[in-house]
Amino acid sequence: MSVSIVAKGEVVTAFLDGEIDHHTAAEIRTTIDEAVYEHKPTLLVLDFKNVSFMDSSGIGLVMGRYKTISELDGELAIINTSPCIGKVMRLAGMERLAKIGMEELANEQA
Amino acid sequence: MNKLNSFNLKIPSRSANESFARVAVSAFVSQLDPTLEELSDIKTAVSEAVTNSIVHAYKNEIGSIYISAEIYENRSIKIRIRDTGCGIDDVTKALQPLFTTVGGERSGLGFSVMQSFMDYLKVSSKPGKGTTVIMKKALSLKI
Ligand SMILES: Nc1ncnc2c1ncn2[C@@H]1O[C@H](COP(=O)(O)OP(=O)(O)OP(=O)(O)O)[C@@H](O)[C@H]1O
Ligand SMILES: [Mg+2]
Repeated sequence: MSVSIVAKGEVVTAFLDGEIDHHTAAEIRTTIDEAVYEHKPTLLVLDFKNVSFMDSSGIGLVMGRYKTISELDGELAIINTSPCIGKVMRLAGMERLAKIGMEELANEQA
Repeated sequence: MNKLNSFNLKIPSRSANESFARVAVSAFVSQLDPTLEELSDIKTAVSEAVTNSIVHAYKNEIGSIYISAEIYENRSIKIRIRDTGCGIDDVTKALQPLFTTVGGERSGLGFSVMQSFMDYLKVSSKPGKGTTVIMKKALSLKI
């Protein structure tokens, strides 16, 4: 698992790569939160393009980042989810917290 | 129902084994040539059960997790994941969506994932003795 961060203007994008489970979640959380506290973006984008697996530990991770960015009055977007990842996101009702699949919007603002 | 094959696996409750466990089960059930979605459902459900044993059952210790799987001629799969950890006081309550006994970043959705991604889920537990999760799934028929 690896995370790379791109900060551009008011937008921080975290490109996630690999599998998200309880074993890998802690490190991802630390990397994203450090970037968010440093740049204080108005939009945090989580890019799932290269995420091949995610379970409920990933849901916990996304909900936690929603809390972090909300405390800074920013918004959360989730992009490029595969059908399998989308299924887990929907079960958790993530679409109520985050903009899901707004690839164009994220690109526009990035 | 004719059993085609089975396996047993015993692993220590180290978080690095979460991925090992789901890949092992996924490789085993691949003999039935499941769809990508079915395989992903099974991997996710196994990951949930194994993670629960690691995170909850053996909170402050390393214990053993016993995983077994069976595949049948009618393309059904039975998976059992067992620990001898702390057990669950109230299973009915634990199965409820969003119920979690841990703060931090647990969503309380592990059992909900197992329930919705598999066809059958049974959780038996005894406080102080451990927990057994049995899951079944019928794979779609091949044409
Ligand atoms: N093997 C187990 N041993 C002891 N307690 C367990 C076990 N599995 C589950 N539990 C209990 O059941 C609760 C619900 O489990 P569930 O997997 O649904 O949510 P969670 O693990 O708390 O959060 P999440 O899976 O979303 O990260 C847990 O919080 C825990 O108290
Ligand atoms: Mg869980």
